[in-house]
Amino acid sequence: MTTPVPAASAGQPFLLIRNLVKEFDGVRAVDDISLTIEQGEIFALLGSSGCGKSTLLRMLAGFETPSAGQIVLGGADIVKVPPYKRPINMMFQSYALFPHLSVWDNVAFGLRRDGMAKDAIAAQVEKMLALVQLSSFGKRMPHQLSGGQQQRVALARSLSKRPQLLLLDEPLGALDKKLRERTQIELVNIIEQVGVTCVMVTHDQDEAMSMATRIGVMSEGRILQVGAPGDIYETPNCRFVADFIGSVNLFAGRVTVDETDYVVIESPEGLHYVSHGITGTLGMAVSVAVRPEKIGVQVDAPTMEMRASAAEHGYNCAQGMITAIAYFGNETRYHVLLDSGMEVRVARTNAARHDSSRLAREQRVFVWWDGADIVVLTS
Amino acid sequence: MNGATVFGRWFGRSWLSLGYLFLYLPILVLIVFSFNDSRQDMVWSGFSTRWYSALLVDAEIIAGFVLSLKIAVLAACASVVLGTFAAFALDRYSRFTGRVLFSSMVSAPLVMPEVIIGLSLLLMLVSVQKLFGFPERGMLTIWIGHTLLGMAYAAVVVRSRLQEMSKSLAEAAMDLGCRPHQVFFLVTLPNITQALASAWLLTFTLSLDDVVLSAFLSGPGSSTMPIVIFSRARLGLDPRVNAVAALTILVVTIAVIVSSVMLARAERRRQKQIAAAFEADAESLSSTIK
Amino acid sequence: MNTPSPAPVTAALLHLLTLRWLTGRRLVIGVPALWLAGAFLLPFLIVLRISFTEMEGAGFGSIVSYSDGLLQLKLKLSNYLFIASDDLYLLTYLSSLKYAAITTVLCLAIGYPFAYFMARARPTIRPVLMMLVMLPFWTSFLLRIYAWKGILANNGILNDLLQALGVIAQPLHMMHTPFSLVIGMLYAYLPFMILPLYANLVKMDVRLLEAAADLGATPLQTFWRITVPLSKSGIIAGAMLVFIPAMGEYVIPALLGGPETLMIGQVLWDEFFTNNDWPMASSVTVVMVLLILVPMAIFNKVQAGQQENA
Repeated sequence: MTTPVPAASAGQPFLLIRNLVKEFDGVRAVDDISLTIEQGEIFALLGSSGCGKSTLLRMLAGFETPSAGQIVLGGADIVKVPPYKRPINMMFQSYALFPHLSVWDNVAFGLRRDGMAKDAIAAQVEKMLALVQLSSFGKRMPHQLSGGQQQRVALARSLSKRPQLLLLDEPLGALDKKLRERTQIELVNIIEQVGVTCVMVTHDQDEAMSMATRIGVMSEGRILQVGAPGDIYETPNCRFVADFIGSVNLFAGRVTVDETDYVVIESPEGLHYVSHGITGTLGMAVSVAVRPEKIGVQVDAPTMEMRASAAEHGYNCAQGMITAIAYFGNETRYHVLLDSGMEVRVARTNAARHDSSRLAREQRVFVWWDGADIVVLTS
Repeated sequence: MNGATVFGRWFGRSWLSLGYLFLYLPILVLIVFSFNDSRQDMVWSGFSTRWYSALLVDAEIIAGFVLSLKIAVLAACASVVLGTFAAFALDRYSRFTGRVLFSSMVSAPLVMPEVIIGLSLLLMLVSVQKLFGFPERGMLTIWIGHTLLGMAYAAVVVRSRLQEMSKSLAEAAMDLGCRPHQVFFLVTLPNITQALASAWLLTFTLSLDDVVLSAFLSGPGSSTMPIVIFSRARLGLDPRVNAVAALTILVVTIAVIVSSVMLARAERRRQKQIAAAFEADAESLSSTIK
Repeated sequence: MNTPSPAPVTAALLHLLTLRWLTGRRLVIGVPALWLAGAFLLPFLIVLRISFTEMEGAGFGSIVSYSDGLLQLKLKLSNYLFIASDDLYLLTYLSSLKYAAITTVLCLAIGYPFAYFMARARPTIRPVLMMLVMLPFWTSFLLRIYAWKGILANNGILNDLLQALGVIAQPLHMMHTPFSLVIGMLYAYLPFMILPLYANLVKMDVRLLEAAADLGATPLQTFWRITVPLSKSGIIAGAMLVFIPAMGEYVIPALLGGPETLMIGQVLWDEFFTNNDWPMASSVTVVMVLLILVPMAIFNKVQAGQQENA
């Protein structure tokens, strides 16, 4: 029987990770991580391989013992609790379906360990299979299922015990692109329908951005930023995060004017007008981050009417030559080599089928952006 | 086939054919001459099954066969149990004190000359016998030697299967509420049954055929069949031995062919099922696009 | 109430023991470890000890003696000195090494191409080829060696065939010669070379060979520069699986060997069964173990490497 966990009381976070550390042979895979997970949310740990996200997930599941720190679930520290006693279940990247058991027996496996009554088990298994739309597949063996079906069985199995916390290890990693899009939506629907709190691990930013309510970006064992997908994308707190999620243009410059509601930064590309204040000092070296889709590109110089405010005219603009065009069907990306020597990436949606203002390689163009679309990064 | 020239293909076929000929010719000779109606060994003087009927009244060989069979069954069971323990220990526990020594001791009997193993085991048993008055040399001592040898082979077979098996299965079982011993009995064991079966058959055959260890460790009245055959072979040619050989070969051949065919058929069925599942998935995907 | 009956007490003790001390891990490692310590390690230590004694009447002496408050360790090196000085022993060890080496080289020369062509065959017939190699392997080793007695004897079928074909007039004396020994060794050990080589070659990434061909290598060059080096661990495994046991082989020399083919396995057997000189047999064993220590270490290393990489 899993140890019963008291429900989260008001004000107390559902899952609290406090100063968690995991060392392997002197190397810190997880380096002093603290997180709070709210009940009912889908939290994604996003990072490239080797950043420690899988280790963190395995510590939550109980397969690794932390070198230091606490994992507090519903008020109790579960670090010393073995995995078979935790009210936590995991869906493995390889699904890990038991090859010698049928679909029905796979889903019933965890319930049988708890010593539930036979008819109660049957009812729950039927309910789970219906949830993942595999009701008629009960008698099949895992090798008789396709990849997508196997995943649904794995999901049903991990939800069958009504866990307090569901862990997903790279849930869409094994699927191909078309199947991935469909499965993303289905997965989120099921999780929200059941209402279980979920922590997932992925290296795929599209997966994290589309599925999670909040994302934690990880690198080298540390959490760099936590926030909703939109916040992380539009307001990254450092160069790494800005560059990791999507692509970004980073201008290196120095603060020349520092006011409470606007800032001017000078860089080799020109002057940048930021229409909000920053926490920084005059003369400080900073990076000006602008996303490719926020940059406009055209042959003629931008007029004052195209600007967000009169104050910005003359700023946030540069000239250069198109060196490469990458056509993606729904959008086109331009690489523009500015006169300063820096190459910027500009992305433009192909909103209309025939575009009269089509640009070509080696054409000289103006690039420009809004002061509100700038994020100033100090690290 | 890559880089395969016509010459290369011809060369390969010839080499394989000659090799198989070399491997099988002596076996064929054994069988053919078991039907030779002559005491004068290698001169053919007519077809006869008299040596097979001679076997039926050959008390020494029959007793030896029965003893060998008993020991082989017991040794195979013990080898598989101990070998599985050892394979599990080496596979699941990457660090423990004396792991290198343990690992070397487990695999040493695979290559070590049997005379060394036989002699050392015997000397130890004699010393033990001096101290405790037990055990007497006989079936038990032979069983000990065969189990020691068999354990090494069983460990190799089971370990390679354990390594193939995904580690996530055990973790998934624990995640769903299994304690470690339940993981072994409910998940690991059902998935290594084929390896256990082949390990059993392998160690069974090894024990049945063993000469050196049995000779060192046997006592008066406990002659296994190989010991009987060996002492007769030293003296010269005995057509009854041919008859035994022919029967052994027959049994082994049938067993190997039957199991190979069964395995191949099961594998083909499995592949078909996997292919069918993927087709169904592709169909459903394309149907949603329509 | 009197003293509690023994059964619940022992049950409680056992329960306590299993709860605290006898963890699953200790059991899984401990049971085979205990067995190996008793059936493998202990015998070797005993052999070592006995090798330092001499025959004394019906038994053998002790190496530790205690008298006048003095604990003495007496190691009689007479057996080892005898081995080192006696030409016969030296020759026998060398002869064993020689025949083991010849067998290994021949098995490699014949077995490598065999395994290579097996691995290159169509995937559908590979299992059949494998089965055809396994079949002799599963058939009694003793019986297959016995078969060669019938083939190579003076009145055996090989001589009969050659005489019938008119190739020779008198029967060739082939039995109990180095020739019959080597044939027997080769025959017995060939599958042991083929199987690890095949296992290694069949796993080789075909694309590497395609890349080599793409870069201009001829099939022969591809073979020597890519296939062979990549199958190194298979070669070493097969070589060790043949060389080490071949050195101490007894049955084949006993049935097919002769006066010119002394092997140490025979000497050990004779020392033990015929002369009943256990200390001598022990010393011979210890020296043999020392001789195979290096090849065994190589084998262990390759085995460990393969198993960790799997």
